[in-house]
Amino acid sequence: MSTTTIPDLTAAAATARERLDAHVREIVQWHFDPATGCDFWLDWAKQAGWDPRQEVKGYADLERFGNFQDEWLRGGPVRKWVPKGYAGKPVSLFETGGSTGVPKARINIDDFRTDYENFSATLPDQFFPKGADWMHIGPSGPRRLRLAIEHLAQHRGGICFMVDLDPRWVIKLIKWGEIEMVEKYKKHVIDQALVLMKAHPNIQCLFTTPKLLEALCERASLKQLGIKGVFCGGTEMTPQFHRFAQEELMEGAYFAPTYGNTLMGLATHRETGPDEGYAIVYYPPAPRAMIEVVDKEQTDRVVGYGETGRVRLTTLTREFFMPRFLERDEAERERPCERYPWDGVRNVRPFSGFATTVVEGVY
Amino acid sequence: MLHLPILRFGQPYRSLDVATVPDFRTRKPYVSVSQANGGLVRRDLLPQNQAQMRKALDALPVAELIARTKKAAELFAHETLPVGDQAQTPADYVRQVSATTGLPHVMVRRNLEKIRGVMENVDVVLAGLTRGLPLEILDSGAGEIAGHAMGFAPRGDALGVVLPSNSPGVHALWAPTIALKTALVLKPGSAEPWSPYRIIQAFLAAGMPSEAFGYYPTDHASAGEILRRCGRGMVFGDVSSTKRWAKDPRVEVHGPGYSKVVIGPDQADDWERYLDVMASSIAENSGRSCVNASGVWVTKHGRAIAEALGERLARVVPRASEDPEADLAPFADPRIAERISAMVDQGLREPGAEDVTMKHRGGRSRVAEFDGGTYLLPTIVHCDSPEHPLANREFLFPFASVVEVPEESMPEILGPTLAVALISDDEAFRRRFFASHDVHRLNLGPVPTQRVAWDQPHEGNLFEHLWARRALQRATA
Repeated sequence: MSTTTIPDLTAAAATARERLDAHVREIVQWHFDPATGCDFWLDWAKQAGWDPRQEVKGYADLERFGNFQDEWLRGGPVRKWVPKGYAGKPVSLFETGGSTGVPKARINIDDFRTDYENFSATLPDQFFPKGADWMHIGPSGPRRLRLAIEHLAQHRGGICFMVDLDPRWVIKLIKWGEIEMVEKYKKHVIDQALVLMKAHPNIQCLFTTPKLLEALCERASLKQLGIKGVFCGGTEMTPQFHRFAQEELMEGAYFAPTYGNTLMGLATHRETGPDEGYAIVYYPPAPRAMIEVVDKEQTDRVVGYGETGRVRLTTLTREFFMPRFLERDEAERERPCERYPWDGVRNVRPFSGFATTVVEGVY
Repeated sequence: MLHLPILRFGQPYRSLDVATVPDFRTRKPYVSVSQANGGLVRRDLLPQNQAQMRKALDALPVAELIARTKKAAELFAHETLPVGDQAQTPADYVRQVSATTGLPHVMVRRNLEKIRGVMENVDVVLAGLTRGLPLEILDSGAGEIAGHAMGFAPRGDALGVVLPSNSPGVHALWAPTIALKTALVLKPGSAEPWSPYRIIQAFLAAGMPSEAFGYYPTDHASAGEILRRCGRGMVFGDVSSTKRWAKDPRVEVHGPGYSKVVIGPDQADDWERYLDVMASSIAENSGRSCVNASGVWVTKHGRAIAEALGERLARVVPRASEDPEADLAPFADPRIAERISAMVDQGLREPGAEDVTMKHRGGRSRVAEFDGGTYLLPTIVHCDSPEHPLANREFLFPFASVVEVPEESMPEILGPTLAVALISDDEAFRRRFFASHDVHRLNLGPVPTQRVAWDQPHEGNLFEHLWARRALQRATA
């Protein structure tokens, strides 16, 4: 647990809550207005027999929607998710999962740009210099990262170099026991990245996954490669990994772990160190998205601060409305902090309540 | 709670990932053990780091490494050594191993003695494994023997060992590694973190360079990294967990032994004389070793032998951990005992096999509870055919099948067998065993299968696993 003094955030939290409630009203109005909403939610409201525009006054009222089912995102027609208010706009499609079966898909227009621009504001310029180029080593393909990291780089005046990794292939190799092939593939990815990083000295910022970060640092020194800031995400991170990265891999570079996914957006970390056991603490980009920690059995009950529960996401943008989605993760509920006067999550990890093992952290 | 750290190049490192190991009886946390994350393991085992580990040993002559190993043997067996940030006497060690594995104290002490014996006699062990090679050749890399130039090259800088939890005796296999100038990277069994830690502490107290030792409690995936990254490897486990390494020549696999007692046709009518050998081969060390017999294969009197063994071994019952007469170990995880027993019962449902110990147990289950522990009682199965599913099975408790087969079918019908106690004076019969590819260790005469001379190779020769003969020619003067 944190040993830092908890400041009085009552006023800030109340203001944030008012802002959230107002945002919820606006988003619900948009998604359930026949002129602007998408087919999925308009049909849903017809079948539900109540008008969310009339009845949803704030965030707490989203409870009436029950839990968002991720199965709704598998299969078509995907256009059922495009809000009529955005008709004619170029639509991107981002997928999540998909190593077996039909992947979940979410449409995007500008959300990823907004999310990453907001996130950009949290990055320290000293370590992620404006105008510096970026190296992206990790999943691209149908994932949001494909465009998001490049947009982040461009937003900060940089150019993004990219090396792709296909996590679905890695998961298959692991399931088949082809560990040597996984290693060869990882080497192939890192080989490409090293060639680029050595050839382009203005690459000073790195996005990669925990496993690829380790693999990169086994082959080269971040300092010698000229990397000043590392934005790391895509899979689970443990406090031990966080500590290991800080103590043994960074060599003075800034380490920015993130928690995010295609469905929610991007959560920002609060810096921690040895005094907090290198806990990984994230805050959602409220009011555009919220993260809560709920009781594993009684999923409409938010657990107390410091208690463990299942992660529940809510996305509240004009492009995508996803109330009360139970993630495949668990975490401890974290208190608000000065910078983020709303709930956060601590040490997110795969949900232990599933009967089958989730293949996680493979890339 | 006592905590065991990771040892990175001999230095303690307390991880933020911690696993707790329970007391087998109370199921309450007994010790916490730091867990190494995969990246840390891989980083420590980078080739340059393994080279440094070995270099620390290479600076010392083999003779000195042998002397320090002998000193470590005494320290391991008799002195107080660090365990985490506490002190551990030999009595503490015995109690701790027993608490997390269930092994009775007397068995832990026996295994302690086995480890001490190998370390104390490391020169004899190495003489046996190297066939008397003057070991100073390993210091210089080259020499001359009987007029022949002789050179040896290390096959790797470090030996990575993925260890089991079932019995500390297995540590005797890798203990001579340090004297062979090869660094050690150990992944302890999850329920038995104690022995490898204490052996390392004994080596360090004996003056071995700390850089040469790695101790990495970790998960299955990172254990694989240890085997993949170290120049040489050794893995213990069941077929499913070791099959991945079966075709990797860098890794020595220690899986089930399927060891057997074989009574030749010339001794068949005298089988009663060998009942002690059969019983101890099956049941000593609670049947937990790969060299424990899981079969008695004979040419006749199979039924009578099974009945006699069943009657004898049914006398083996659970006793208190501290009881000097204890010869049965409980299962640290009771579910494993239930699972194993269910597998035996499933086999028995196939016609042609009978659990002859059942009647001596009064028809009760072989799973027994005693003093908070869960035990599997010794089980002898008579199989009327070598084809029966239970005829050639191995389980982690005193279990054996008695099988009657034609003389001419042996040894081929035995299949891969780690240790055979061959009770026969028939030279022709013996020669067939000498010619077998499948039989590893041969104990000739009434020598129990688990009686192991450590100067003999065991599932591979440690010296040959770590060193390769190099072709060497010199310019003539």
